[in-house]
Amino acid sequence: MSNVLDVTGLTVRLPGSSDRKNAVENITFSVGAGELVCVVGESGSGKSVTAQAVMGLLPKELKPSEGETKLLGEDTLAATPNRLRDLRGTKMAMIFQEPMTALNPVARVGEQIEEVLEIHTDLSKSQRRARAIEIMDHVHLPDPERMVDSFPHQLSGGQRQRIMIAMALVLDPALLIADEPTTALDVTTQAQILKLVKEMQERRGTGVLFITHDFGVVAEIADRIVVMQHGSIVEQGPRDQILQNPTQPYTQMLMASVPSMKPPQRTPVDGDPAITVRGLNKVYGRTGLLSRDRIVHAAKDIDLDVARGETLGIVGESGSGKSTVARCIARLIDPTSGTINLQGTEIATMRESRLRAIRSRVQIVFQDPYRSLNPRRTIGLSLIEAPMNFGVSREDALREARDLMALVGLQSDALERYPHQFSGGQRQRICIARALAVKPDILIADEAVSALDVSVQAQVLELLDDIRDKYRLAMLFITHDLRVAAQICDRLIVMQNGIVVEQGPTSDVFANPTQEYTQLLLSAAPGTDVEFGSGKAV
Amino acid sequence: MLSYLIKRILATIPVMLFVAVFIFLLLRLTPGDPAAMLAGDFANDAQIAEIRAKLGLDEPLWKQFGLWISDMLRFELGESFYYKKEVSELILSRIEPTLSLSLLTIIFTVLIAVPLGTIAAYKQGSWMDRGIMGFSVLGFSLPVFVIGYGLIYVFSVQLGWLPVQGYARIADGVGEWLYRLILPAIALSVIFVAFIARMTRTSVLEVLGEDYIRTARAKGQTESRVLMRHALRNAAVPIVTVIGLAIAILIGGVVVTESVFTIPGLGLLTVEAVLNRDFPTIQAVILFFSVVYVLINLAVDVSYTLLDPRIRY
Amino acid sequence: MAAVDQSPFRQTLGRVFSNTSVLIGGGLALVIVLIGLLAPYLDTRDPAGISPANRNKPPGFETTVRDYDTGQKIPVTYRMGSDTLGRDIYSRVVYGARTSLIVGVSVAAIAIFLGTLIGLLAGYFRWADGIIMRIMDGMMAIPAILLAIAVVSLFSAGLLSVIIAIVVSEIPRVVRLVRSVVLSIREEPYVEAAITAGTPTPTLLMRHVLPNTLAPLIVQGTFIVASAIIVEAILSFLGIGIPPDIPTWGNIMAEGRQVFQLHPHNILYPGAILGLTVLAVNILGDGLRDTMDPRFSKRV
Repeated sequence: MSNVLDVTGLTVRLPGSSDRKNAVENITFSVGAGELVCVVGESGSGKSVTAQAVMGLLPKELKPSEGETKLLGEDTLAATPNRLRDLRGTKMAMIFQEPMTALNPVARVGEQIEEVLEIHTDLSKSQRRARAIEIMDHVHLPDPERMVDSFPHQLSGGQRQRIMIAMALVLDPALLIADEPTTALDVTTQAQILKLVKEMQERRGTGVLFITHDFGVVAEIADRIVVMQHGSIVEQGPRDQILQNPTQPYTQMLMASVPSMKPPQRTPVDGDPAITVRGLNKVYGRTGLLSRDRIVHAAKDIDLDVARGETLGIVGESGSGKSTVARCIARLIDPTSGTINLQGTEIATMRESRLRAIRSRVQIVFQDPYRSLNPRRTIGLSLIEAPMNFGVSREDALREARDLMALVGLQSDALERYPHQFSGGQRQRICIARALAVKPDILIADEAVSALDVSVQAQVLELLDDIRDKYRLAMLFITHDLRVAAQICDRLIVMQNGIVVEQGPTSDVFANPTQEYTQLLLSAAPGTDVEFGSGKAV
Repeated sequence: MLSYLIKRILATIPVMLFVAVFIFLLLRLTPGDPAAMLAGDFANDAQIAEIRAKLGLDEPLWKQFGLWISDMLRFELGESFYYKKEVSELILSRIEPTLSLSLLTIIFTVLIAVPLGTIAAYKQGSWMDRGIMGFSVLGFSLPVFVIGYGLIYVFSVQLGWLPVQGYARIADGVGEWLYRLILPAIALSVIFVAFIARMTRTSVLEVLGEDYIRTARAKGQTESRVLMRHALRNAAVPIVTVIGLAIAILIGGVVVTESVFTIPGLGLLTVEAVLNRDFPTIQAVILFFSVVYVLINLAVDVSYTLLDPRIRY
Repeated sequence: MAAVDQSPFRQTLGRVFSNTSVLIGGGLALVIVLIGLLAPYLDTRDPAGISPANRNKPPGFETTVRDYDTGQKIPVTYRMGSDTLGRDIYSRVVYGARTSLIVGVSVAAIAIFLGTLIGLLAGYFRWADGIIMRIMDGMMAIPAILLAIAVVSLFSAGLLSVIIAIVVSEIPRVVRLVRSVVLSIREEPYVEAAITAGTPTPTLLMRHVLPNTLAPLIVQGTFIVASAIIVEAILSFLGIGIPPDIPTWGNIMAEGRQVFQLHPHNILYPGAILGLTVLAVNILGDGLRDTMDPRFSKRV
């Protein structure tokens, strides 16, 4: 009995009205002691449902119908609610995706760790506190004696995730389930948390079931890999076997879709800059009578140029100011100072009434495909709105819209339909078509592929690259994802805390980063030792 | 924390100022002579002239407001021409019954509504939830005087258990005081319970969907403790907020309830004042109630600092 | 899968009309509306007609009266009894439905129209927001019924002054609702996309922002109808609302107060109808909220 977890033939039924019968269907895998098993798959693959089924935390409308999930030989699906409660925290524990919301905001973090001990042990109050401080020390939280009395909002995202891990591991469970624990974190924080999970697994001999969508993470930490699609297991095996010789087409496709960290050779784009930005500043908050606090310099002295036919990437972590720059250029927010010059037209300080006439020249594609289209209006109406604002007749705009649908790979009958009838990737294509409808000079993609599954992401990236060439667009590509940036950008700007720390041709930045922060970012990217993007691992 | 308190107190100043201006203007901007309205229907010309001089009606509007507000701030609320008494005295003598009725109602309400709302949220969709919510809609739909008379009809007229109307001062014995107050307090509680139970349910439901509830369950915490330690503790802020806001409903209800049960409190005073077009009293009572309402909500906001550690800047 | 192909509007409509609360509440409310509209045809008599001989009669009392025109004696039944002036409570209650409905519907319509206008202003134009919201905070600081009492006390009693008084006290809530919808919608990427598409602000508001306020406003409007009916009844009951010669449920009860212990039917019948009406409207509102507006409903 060496396995911590044996899942055999697990099937979880979906409610009647769903588009498929089962959330997961007849899946079998196991997690050994001290082993880290990654379950990887795109959205809707059933990977999170699997984790919840083991913990007995499935939403009410989902019911396991067949199979068993044996934790140290005991089937958790068959356990009574009381027994399940005994097992949680002692034999199995779980950490979640959103460290910002997973902790109770009105309770001190120490109290929340101690709660586990209070439920499952007879330790006294002072002993519980000592144990909490001890485990906080183990997960490398600074100054645990002081932090134990902190509230969650006083901690950073990475620290909160460490608290979650401390809470999960305080009673040394045999199994730790981690459901996308680093997805909401910045890449540098992610690297630290991954390292911590690995360390805990090795030092404590914990079996880890690690759910993720990110092949980079998989390559970084997995001992064994389980690939899921549409609720079924496609393929499973040891890390190297899967990464080097994936046998199934789906696995091969997934791995080929992950953008490589090696930028392709690109010929530098010459030509007149379509947009020139000098000394751009955006300051939030101001000194008032009562509030001397809280001035945020979201962007500081930004200079940039983008030539026609060129893609300039702005990369950085959250709070770096990369989106602020994009939104200033699109004039969705007003810059505090600086100039934004569109081939001779200065727009940084232009009044909205005059600006409106030239808004067509800068278009933007947003991150969230589900909120980027007005749900009440047909795709056709959304697509002709901008051209008609600029004097195009309805018929011409509609004809143009049909051509654009073809360009982005959709049927022209899509124009009569509503946004909710399309998938995320399709909606993002529609948004790109909408941006192109007014023939802009500059296209801003603000994390435009970040919300998409990796296979869809690859297609949309290709589309963006194609239209950039076809229309000789100047493209400003905002992303937190270095892999994506490597593949699509000609030049890069690296931002941190509102300032530009480094810039240069993409291949130079990746090969020879000169600044410490850039080096840190690059080394933090998970799975760099595996070559993705070609379908073959090195 | 201190700066939060100061900010919050400063923020009530414009609100109070608006209320004062509104009540002040009500009388000045309506057609007719404010002095004549204030003097009442049976005043002679000399009396009207005296009031006119006192209000400074020949001065510009802002000066009149200055005069008026400084009087109000010194609790010099003028003289009621109906009762022939200082309005300030009148208000002080009427506070006890209103305060008694309100406090008793709030106690009933909190003891009943918060548990009901929590149960309904926890058992969402069950027959219990439906029952509680059904009661809530019903309670919300029946005007307080209909409930009042319904209760009087059953418990006083038919059964003869409780008095039909009237009030006994608490100084004359707690037993008698409670005996006369219990029916009005129940009548007034119904709408209040309905409202707060519903809002409690909403708040608790929202909290139950939060990630940290899932975390607590993943720790192996029992359901009752998940509810008490995590859900209710987080729902406390919205619930207290709603109770503060519902004081407005309570004040409206007090006016009606005191009329139905002939309780000589501020509510009855308001109605009598309106019926007799006793404007000094109307102005003063409305101002008084509004100040109380604003102060209660200020206290509610201040209580957040105790309930939620995030509000400490 | 047919439903998926429908527009969001049709999908909502389908949900609304298959909801039990909407059907029950709406059906009941419709009955009350019909009673109000068809009052003269529901075997009613002149609701103001007094009859000194038939004062304070119990429900179901039968007698005969002389018809003024023909001089013939005709049998009449006091279904809900008579009041202290011998007026037929049943007829007064039936006609009273008209007043309640007129007040409820017109208050809701006016409050929503004005509140939406002000709320759009506050939500979209930052310079207007501070001032408007301070004023609304001030208005909300005066408890609604007191505010209404203050306003009616200044005008001569009548339908119009009652409507104005209740509208004034309802407007701040509508303003807050509309403003909160506008504030959250203007952050939506599709609104930002429309800004970069060069759509002028008035069109932007009409096309992308205003439609989002429709569902919460319909829901809120229903609740305003309910609360306006109650406040009107309260004002009339206290004797400071609609003058006693117009039959309203509040007036009937106000007049029955003195003799309540002996003749409770004066208050119990109109009270029950009043409660039933408000209940119907509230149930309808609950159903509409659940089906049309699950997102914004809990904020108000």
